[in-house]
Amino acid sequence: MDDADIKILVIDENRIRASVIEEGLREAGYAHVRVIVESRPTVRAIVDADPDVVFIDLENPNRDVLEHMFQVSRAISRPIAMFVDRSDRDMIEAAVDAGVSAYIVDGLKKERLKPILDTAISRFNAFSRMREELDRTKRALEERKVIDRAKGVLMRLRGIGEDEAHALLRRTAMNENRRIAEVAQSVLTAADLLSGGKP
Amino acid sequence: MTAASPTVTIRAGFIPLLDAAILILARIKGFAEEEGIDLVLVRESSWASIRDRVALGHFDVAHMLAPMPIAASLGLTPFGGAVITPMCLGLGGNAITVSNAVWYGMSMAGADSGGDPKRMGEALRAVVEERKRKGLPRLTFAVVHPFSSHNYYLRYWLAACGIDPRADVALTVVPPPYMADALAGGHIDGYCVGEPWNSAAVVAGVGHIVTTTSAIWKSSPEKVLGARADWAEQNPEALSALLRAMHRASLWCDSPKNAPELVELLSSSRYLDVQPSTMMAGLTGRIALGDGQPRAVTDFRYFAKRAATFPWISHGLWFFSQMARWGQIDLTPATLDIARRSIRPDLYRKALGPLGIALPNASAKIEGTLTMETPVATANGRLFLGPDGFFDGRVFDPDLIEDYVAGFEIKGPGPLEG
Repeated sequence: MDDADIKILVIDENRIRASVIEEGLREAGYAHVRVIVESRPTVRAIVDADPDVVFIDLENPNRDVLEHMFQVSRAISRPIAMFVDRSDRDMIEAAVDAGVSAYIVDGLKKERLKPILDTAISRFNAFSRMREELDRTKRALEERKVIDRAKGVLMRLRGIGEDEAHALLRRTAMNENRRIAEVAQSVLTAADLLSGGKP
Repeated sequence: MTAASPTVTIRAGFIPLLDAAILILARIKGFAEEEGIDLVLVRESSWASIRDRVALGHFDVAHMLAPMPIAASLGLTPFGGAVITPMCLGLGGNAITVSNAVWYGMSMAGADSGGDPKRMGEALRAVVEERKRKGLPRLTFAVVHPFSSHNYYLRYWLAACGIDPRADVALTVVPPPYMADALAGGHIDGYCVGEPWNSAAVVAGVGHIVTTTSAIWKSSPEKVLGARADWAEQNPEALSALLRAMHRASLWCDSPKNAPELVELLSSSRYLDVQPSTMMAGLTGRIALGDGQPRAVTDFRYFAKRAATFPWISHGLWFFSQMARWGQIDLTPATLDIARRSIRPDLYRKALGPLGIALPNASAKIEGTLTMETPVATANGRLFLGPDGFFDGRVFDPDLIEDYVAGFEIKGPGPLEG
């Protein structure tokens, strides 16, 4: 069996992450990658994929179910969790840190598994970074809105211009060792309390 | 109290279940902090993740199914690494639920709302045999994990009622929060799980609770605190401090007046993320058995009283006996010794002895001989143990495991499934 023929199954409810991993594996030259986008595939679906390697995201609440399925089903060629010997420790650490658990069918050599696992891990990590980036952007956008509203309140109540309102927020934040968005939120809360309604 | 001593960080994994209460409360009520421990709690979504992260050293201790540390120590789980049980997290708290269709059949065969395991088992057997006669597929029952008390309690009950869990029914694994849905969807016909996931099926109108595991084996053990053996060895003081904090938490959790606050605290999205009202039934042991209304079930669950957190060697070895019975492990002097040494009442005594609380003099007992609450010998004060009988009258002597396992008619590994 050529390395490119190794059959890989990815079980992940997150469609985007699953396709990020699939793409990575294909780019690395693995032609037989099957993705199942649900947390609990049927025995049939696993048998159809006939995997040599299975990746399951670590947060999947059905991992206990899938492990049991691997153990008791005659039709599935019994993949076992990758944790077979202590020398795999670094590889396992990296996998768990990335949030992926790997199962391999007995007989697949470690040196053949390693590049596959490395690809999966780097793709999991890339996805996490993507998601963090997205979260950060979202948060920044929300904070921008809060700051803009706080500036509006200050401009209205103190009769100052936008630049001055912004400078005031920034100065206060620096003096109190807080973030501008936090100060802006306090302004909104205070305005809300004082006006007895929406500022 | 050692508040002045430097803070030690202990990392603990847990699954969002009611029986993680004393671990969680040790942190949020400040008991751990009073002992100089910064107890970091990490929620996980599967026992597989708990197992892996304990093995990798991400967690020092974890909320575990009672058979898990034994299985890990025996090398039955991937990656190995010995895990010990220095404390239990309480007794009882589980029940067995069946679908409406199975319940209807059982009712026709004499099942009532009394929850008696023998009577219920006979009714279920009638349903199983009728299905066999009619050539209908086997009923499927779910448990939470192959190395779970639920797996062994359910199998014990079925087998004692003449239903072979390897042949007459199919067994599968379903995570607790999905049990009621799986029942409603017809994927399974019954299950054994901790509360509130039995009452959840009753409330949803999709199932009936037939009996409780506290009726199958009175005062039976539930989850445990598992600790990595190497961590425990290197950090004996930290472990002792944690056990003291958890002991105080167990007393707090056991006090009925704290129940409303307990469910409120646990309901937080950081912990169980379940409505307080849903947890209340399982906490107070008000269970709707059969067709009945919720009523107080005697000795359904407790966290502290009757030495509920004491890690009895006989409890651990009973689980070991069932692993051997169902072919998960060979019963040899070597495996028995590993299982026995994974249960650590000595560490429990060392931690809690200085508090002056009553501890039993013995570390193992013959399970199934106490028919009522009974005082036991202690070095310090009064201690009562709850009744500990098995519903079929068998007695488990931890010194005679081989005879015990040999005495079961129904035993051995099951065949692989389709």
